[in-house]
Amino acid sequence: MSRAASPARPWPLSRAAVHLVLILYAALCLGPVLLVVGNSFKSRAAIFGAPLSLPGPATFDLVGYKTVLGQGAFLHYFANSLIVTVGSLAAVLLFGAMAAFALSEYRFPGNRLLGLFLSLGIMVPIRLGTVAILNMMVATHLVNTHLALILIYTAQGLPIAVFILSEFMQGVSKDLKDAGRIDGLSEYTIFFRLVLPLVRPAVATVAVFTMIPIWNDLWFPLIVAPGEATKTVTLGAQVFIGQFVTNWNAVLAALTLAVLPVLVLYLLFSRQLIRGITAGAVK
Amino acid sequence: MDQIEKLAADAPLLPAARDVAGPARARRWHIAVFLAPALLVYTALMIVPLADTLRLSLFRSIEHVPAFVGLDNFRVLFTDPRWSEHFWAALRHNFYFFAFHILLQNPVGIALAALLSLPRLRGQAFYRTAFFLPTMLSFVIVGFTWKLILSPLWGVAPTLLGAVGLRGWFHPWLGQEATALTTLALISVWQYVGIPMMLIYAAMLAIPHELIEAAELDGITGFAQFRKIKLPLIWPTIGICSILTFVGNFNAFDLIYTVSGANAGPNFATDILGTFLFRTFFGNQLQLGDPNMGATIATMMFLIILAGVSAYLFGIQARMRRYAL
Repeated sequence: MSRAASPARPWPLSRAAVHLVLILYAALCLGPVLLVVGNSFKSRAAIFGAPLSLPGPATFDLVGYKTVLGQGAFLHYFANSLIVTVGSLAAVLLFGAMAAFALSEYRFPGNRLLGLFLSLGIMVPIRLGTVAILNMMVATHLVNTHLALILIYTAQGLPIAVFILSEFMQGVSKDLKDAGRIDGLSEYTIFFRLVLPLVRPAVATVAVFTMIPIWNDLWFPLIVAPGEATKTVTLGAQVFIGQFVTNWNAVLAALTLAVLPVLVLYLLFSRQLIRGITAGAVK
Repeated sequence: MDQIEKLAADAPLLPAARDVAGPARARRWHIAVFLAPALLVYTALMIVPLADTLRLSLFRSIEHVPAFVGLDNFRVLFTDPRWSEHFWAALRHNFYFFAFHILLQNPVGIALAALLSLPRLRGQAFYRTAFFLPTMLSFVIVGFTWKLILSPLWGVAPTLLGAVGLRGWFHPWLGQEATALTTLALISVWQYVGIPMMLIYAAMLAIPHELIEAAELDGITGFAQFRKIKLPLIWPTIGICSILTFVGNFNAFDLIYTVSGANAGPNFATDILGTFLFRTFFGNQLQLGDPNMGATIATMMFLIILAGVSAYLFGIQARMRRYAL
C-alpha cells in the first residue's frame, strides 16, 4: 500500500544500515535454533571440536537420534501432546465460537456482564488456581488422564477465543442472518451453516494462538499428568534431557525432535498467524 | 441458565431489539445452549478453582483436619523467617525480572517494529518470521538451548566472544549468583520480544499514510518523524504490551524451572514467585508440599496481578491520550 505513497527517495546508505541491523538481529533469533539442530546430526567429537560448522560427511552421525528413539517413549509423548492439543483445540473453538455467537448475536440482560465474566480469564492466569485444580482432579480421579489436561486447557483458551471471535462475528452481515430466519432456518443452522463458515479465517487465527501455549506448557503436565502414560512431549523432553545431561548427542537430538513440530507448523502458518496478529491489533 | 430465560422474558430491551425479541421470546432457549458448554468448563476449571484457592489460603491443615486460621498464613508468609526470607527474595527477583523486561523488551520491540515498517523494505516477511520464531518455542527448548550455548563445557559462547576479541569476558553466567537472574531475564526477553514487536508493528502499519505524507511535506522525516508522529500514536499499544509482560512475568515458571531447577539455583538466586509457589505446594527434596501455603502464595500473586492490571486500566489507560485515526 505504502509503496505507491510517497515519491521514492532511497537513502542507499541508511537502507544498508537498516538491513545490517535487521540481519544481525535475525541471526540472533535463528542462530541458537540452527546451532542445536545442526549439531544434533554430528558426532560427539565434532560437536565439541567444531560446534559452529555444519555437519559434513566426516562428522555426520545419528547416534543421538538412535538413543532418543531407542528409548521408545518419545513417539508416545508426541501422541500424548497431539491428543491433548487437538482435543483442547476442538473444544475451545467449538465452545468458544458458540459462546461468541450468543454474546454478539442476541441481546439479553446480563449479556455485557457475562462478557466481562469471561474476559476475566484473559488477564488472570489459570495457573493461580492450580492448588484447587489439583484437589479437584484428585477428587474426580482425573489425575494422569488426557481429559484433565484437555479440560484445563479448554478453560484456559476460552476467554481469548470468545473475545476475538465475538469481534469478528459482529461483522457478519445482519441481512444474511435475517434472510435465513425468514427462510425458517433454526438459530443452530444459522450459526453452523451461515456464520461459522464466514468467520473461518478468524477461527484459524484463534486456533494457532490457542495451540502454541498448550503444546508448549510445562506446568500442568508436570502437576496434573506427570505419569508415563500421559506425559506430553514438552514434559518428556524436560525429563529426558535432565537424565541425559552428559550425553550431548541425545540432548541435542531430543531438543531438535521437540522443536521440529513447532517449527514446521510455524513455517506453514506464519503468514496467517502474523496477519491475524496485525488484523487483531488494528481493530 | 433458566434465569437468563426468565429475565429475557420480562426485562426491558432496547427499542431496536424489542421488535425482534417479541416473536422470538418463546424460543430463546438456544442462547442458553450456545453459552452453556463454554460457561460450564470456564466456571468449573477457572473461576471455581481460583475462588477455592483464595479460600484455601485462609485455612491450615492441622493433623489432616482443615482449620480456619483467618489471615494467619499471610502473617507467616510475611514474617516467619522460614517463609518470609524466600517470599521477599522471590518478590524482589520478580520485580527485577519485570523491570528488566520493560526496560529492554519494549525499546527493542519498538526499534525492530519501526525498522520493519519502513516503506519499501525488502525481505520484510523473512525478518518478521525470524523475529517471531523464538516466541513460538517452548521454554523447555529455549531454556536448554541457551543453557548449552552458555555452558563452559561446550564453549560456543567463549568461541563467539573470542571471535570479536572478548574471550576474557566470558563467565559461566548462569552458574553465578550475581548474574544468573539477569541472564535468565535476557533469555526471556530474547524469546518474547516478538510479541511487542509484532503488536507495535501492526499499530504502525495502521497509521494512515496521509498523516505520514503530511509530515513529509512539512519536512519531518526519519527519526524526527518516528518521535513526533508515530510514537504518540503507538503509546496505547506499548501500554498493552507492558501489561501483558507484567502478567506473564508474575506468573512465570517454566524457564527458571528448566534452566535452574525447582530450587531456582544457584542458591535460590533465580527464585521468583512461580518457582516458590511450585516448591511450596508441590514439595521437593527439601520440604513436604503444603497446599495451604501454596494457596497463600497464589493469592499473593493474584493480588499483585490484580493490582497491576487495575493500575493499568484505571490509572494509565484512562489517562492515555488516544487519537482517532
